[in-house]
Amino acid sequence: METFLEEVNKKIHGVPLQACYHCRKCTAGCPMTKHMEYNPNKVIKMIQNGQRDKVLGSSTIWICLSCETCITRCPNKVDIARMMDVLRQMAIETGVGAHEKNVLKFHEAFLAGMKRGGRINEPFMMVEYKLKSGDLFSDAMLGLDMFMKGKLSLLSPRTKDMKSVKNIFEKTKHS
Amino acid sequence: MKVSYYPGCSLHATGKEYDQSMRAVSRALDIELKEVDDWCCCGASSAHNTNFDLSIALPARNLIAAEKDAMDVMVPCAACYNRFKTAEHHLKADKDLKAKIEGVVGAKYQGGIAIRNPIDILYNDIGIDTLAAKVVKPLTGLKPVSYYGCLLLRPPEICEFENYENPFMMDKIMAAMGTEVKNWSYKTDCCGGSLAISKTAIVVDMCDNLMNAAREAGANCVVTACPLCMANLDMRPSEGKKLPVFYFTELISLAMDLPGSKDTFKSHIFDPQPLLKQLGLI
Repeated sequence: METFLEEVNKKIHGVPLQACYHCRKCTAGCPMTKHMEYNPNKVIKMIQNGQRDKVLGSSTIWICLSCETCITRCPNKVDIARMMDVLRQMAIETGVGAHEKNVLKFHEAFLAGMKRGGRINEPFMMVEYKLKSGDLFSDAMLGLDMFMKGKLSLLSPRTKDMKSVKNIFEKTKHS
Repeated sequence: MKVSYYPGCSLHATGKEYDQSMRAVSRALDIELKEVDDWCCCGASSAHNTNFDLSIALPARNLIAAEKDAMDVMVPCAACYNRFKTAEHHLKADKDLKAKIEGVVGAKYQGGIAIRNPIDILYNDIGIDTLAAKVVKPLTGLKPVSYYGCLLLRPPEICEFENYENPFMMDKIMAAMGTEVKNWSYKTDCCGGSLAISKTAIVVDMCDNLMNAAREAGANCVVTACPLCMANLDMRPSEGKKLPVFYFTELISLAMDLPGSKDTFKSHIFDPQPLLKQLGLI
């Protein structure tokens, strides 16, 4: 059976995590460490130790912003940003779900909007997110201000060939 | 010159000031923009966070559409630019993936057109001298810090942007417009990106830090080339911390006194007009 480390490496499809010599440069440059349960270097160690449930169930992987500072500065070119993408996708695919529920709900609302019109219509996307998350009232005044300033258009143009967009969603759906 | 133009979703909505000023500046510089036919969203953070194949297939569909016009494609939104460059990188590096994605999109990807961001085009193709020669109203008194953010620069092997730890192209363009550009060490820090809605408090904190650093550097405004950075910096800092934020193209348009150059300031959430009036620029 594949170890957790092997599985993650295969999905990263690049420099294997064993190349990390734990200099912690990724973590020194990461803008989110203070909000993370485990810092990026610790996540690599946990993967090497096979701590699958803890890693996939952590808030860290959802707090990562994909700012890519880690991969930019890693002396061994370990793609930690891609690793975080892989871990999020594994958490979704294996049914672990997202420790930071609203982060995933935002992504789901965003993708649902895209599937509907091919392009993002921000007011509809926000309504969908608010209904999913139950976070109904935050940013209400901001939303109104944006609407008054014409930044939120209810009738933004859509992609015409929606069949091709829906096809992409269908064919890339997780089995 | 003539280029394909991929505005992306933001430039039709929250980032409309970027689209309007980009089009005005392009006209003034004889850059003809041909919008990519029937484009769709690039997938943004939400696709690559949740589904790798989807995050490559959506930009691939748009790149294939752009290839029909056989010109470089200009992508002003830093997020779209990053997703396009990332897709290009993977499609060129991995033959199996390319075949799979072509199957998903239902068309062949040639890889023959360059993906360009407007900072690069203005700096390298048009040139600082040409830009400076078109300035009719130098922006005296405006002291911006240039904020490049993440997505134009990282990872450097993919984005191929100059000096990714200390970029200067936008600084030079802004100086050519007559502004007094301030140096700071937060050019490439993150604004909080797509967590603005789901983890707002963290993003407020990050934007406050950026505004504090801009003030410490002696700036009276911030200049960006990313609609996500703009949205966060314009809306998220705490009251009292905010500074006016501009797209770099808005300031080029103002300095060149292009038609409509004053219109885009009205839709900023934090109104930059008092500062511009105080400096006699509008």
